[in-house]
Amino acid sequence: MKYQSQKVATAYFAAALGLFGIQVIGGLLAGWVYIQPNFLSELLPFNVIRMLHTNSLIVWLILGFFGAAYFLVPEEAERELHSPKLAYLQLAILVLGTLGVVVTYLFNLFEGNWLLGREGREFLEQPKWVKAGIVVAALIFLYNISMTILKGRKTAITNILVLGLWGLALLFLFSFYNPSNLSLDKQYWWYVVHLWVEGVWELIMASILAYLMLKLTGVDREVVEKWLYVIVAAALFSGILGTGHHYYWIGSPGYWQWIGSIFSSLEVIPFFAMMAFAFVMVWKGRREHPNKAALLWSLGCATLAFFGAGVWGFLHTLHGVNYYTHGTQITAAHGHLAFFGAYVALNLAIISYAAPMLRGRDPYNQVLNMVSFWLMSGGMVFMTFVLTFAGTIQTHLQRVLGENFMEVQSQLDLFYWMRFGSGFVFVIGAFLFIYSIAFPRKEVIETSIAAKAPAE
Amino acid sequence: MQELATKPMQEPAKSVLDELPGELLMWVLIISELLVFGAGLLAFLGVRLTDPAGFAEAQEHLNRTSAAFNTIVLVTSGFLAARALHLREQSKRRSARWHLAGASSLGLVFLAIKVFEYWEKAQLSITSESHPFFTFYYLLTGFHAAHVIAGVVILVLVAWKDDPQNIEVGASFWHMVDLVWVLLFPVIYLLA
Repeated sequence: MKYQSQKVATAYFAAALGLFGIQVIGGLLAGWVYIQPNFLSELLPFNVIRMLHTNSLIVWLILGFFGAAYFLVPEEAERELHSPKLAYLQLAILVLGTLGVVVTYLFNLFEGNWLLGREGREFLEQPKWVKAGIVVAALIFLYNISMTILKGRKTAITNILVLGLWGLALLFLFSFYNPSNLSLDKQYWWYVVHLWVEGVWELIMASILAYLMLKLTGVDREVVEKWLYVIVAAALFSGILGTGHHYYWIGSPGYWQWIGSIFSSLEVIPFFAMMAFAFVMVWKGRREHPNKAALLWSLGCATLAFFGAGVWGFLHTLHGVNYYTHGTQITAAHGHLAFFGAYVALNLAIISYAAPMLRGRDPYNQVLNMVSFWLMSGGMVFMTFVLTFAGTIQTHLQRVLGENFMEVQSQLDLFYWMRFGSGFVFVIGAFLFIYSIAFPRKEVIETSIAAKAPAE
Repeated sequence: MQELATKPMQEPAKSVLDELPGELLMWVLIISELLVFGAGLLAFLGVRLTDPAGFAEAQEHLNRTSAAFNTIVLVTSGFLAARALHLREQSKRRSARWHLAGASSLGLVFLAIKVFEYWEKAQLSITSESHPFFTFYYLLTGFHAAHVIAGVVILVLVAWKDDPQNIEVGASFWHMVDLVWVLLFPVIYLLA
């Protein structure tokens, strides 16, 4: 770590991992409700568990992105952060908002209140005051990071990263627009949801991955940048009009079926390119970086993102297929592996890379960290297969043969048990990861070793 | 063994990418565009199989003459763009600029004729929802027309900032727009 202000990232990563823990516990509870449908149904209904599961995911991923930006931008820009104080203030606002969300969801004290009540749109259920807080925090962040970059060295990595983060903040503004016409509501809702995960987040992902490859493999910056530009071009080209794959059945004109099918099919390309990029860099790389866990997570991220987002996304993106599979467990299978591969693994990769430096230690607990990779990845891949089989059966029974929803659900029990098992393994992996990062062995870094593990 | 020994002495192998004319990102765009239009045409042909009679009847409403004329307009425009690069490489800047102006003007002529065709359809109350044929007709030609607009802007930009590299990149894009039209025209307008 070259710059003192990079330390800010520690607090962000800690908050992110804390929420990660809450998220996976929520996932485990939700998975149990699939087996015992009345479990906690009075105290903590399924819809609330699901809200906590998805919302905490989004928030911790974004906290991780912010942390990653605060960690890597000073190093790329070759100067201290514009203001570490503002960075902490931003984190405080976000944590307060998060607590407000949790309290609002759990106790629902202000139902229907314009400012304080929870809003009814999936993933955007946060009350308005929290949404406003998120915007303020995002503005502080953008100001802080943009000032740092403007005053310092500008690299392709920081340019793309900041472009992605600006896009993230600006697109969130659509969450304030909630037309009463349901078709329009959905149309704008996807401007946030889709254009985040299949648009600007991909820029963030590609730039963080590029940074990790640059550091871990020692490949020339020029080579990394060329890949980065190609990946970003492919992501935006396919991702923006790829939004059309959400407009098949919401009352939009029929041409969206073709726009959505064609463009979203091409969304496989940037994910394939990111996977190819990661492996080619490692093969070409001249550097043996001691942080093997970070490399494992980086390669795992690129690979699982290709399968989860790319392949499993393509699986049900053509409108002729989606007509039958829409909203079945196929969607759940895709959602889980895509989010884990693309964004969870990405965050865990940058955290694995940064944590030893932030805490002034050797890359420690490598074995635990790598075991946690295999537990989480194995659990998630197994869960994806299980849900895909469940979804295939569900599609056939419910959508082709026209059986009743609940009758079909009862026939999927075996799969839900297996999903719970794989989720349980995942949760063990997640807590192992958190342990391996949070509780390092008490080794103090030696200068000779520090010299061997170059920061650049 | 000798080969192995001498290898490190050689220059690092040049990537094929370095030999591409123009700009790498433009080629990424061109390939992406060809994939999109290619997929669109394949989908059109696929759906056409399900209703050959309906597609044939719908196709009768198209104006083949104006589309054929537009083909000539666009190919001529592409020729002018190619000439412009050639002239610029010989440092004939003025002449190159005139050629680029001609190329983009023909782009505008293409658009005017296209608008006329859409107006004709509108007179017949034909919309993108009238028949699957017209969904594809409007999607593919409309998407292409959007690229013509972009191409006209790009040609004007490279006529302004006219170093040969820029003109080459602009002309590559324009040839792609040309190529796509040459593929769309027979499949949508002529295929019986």
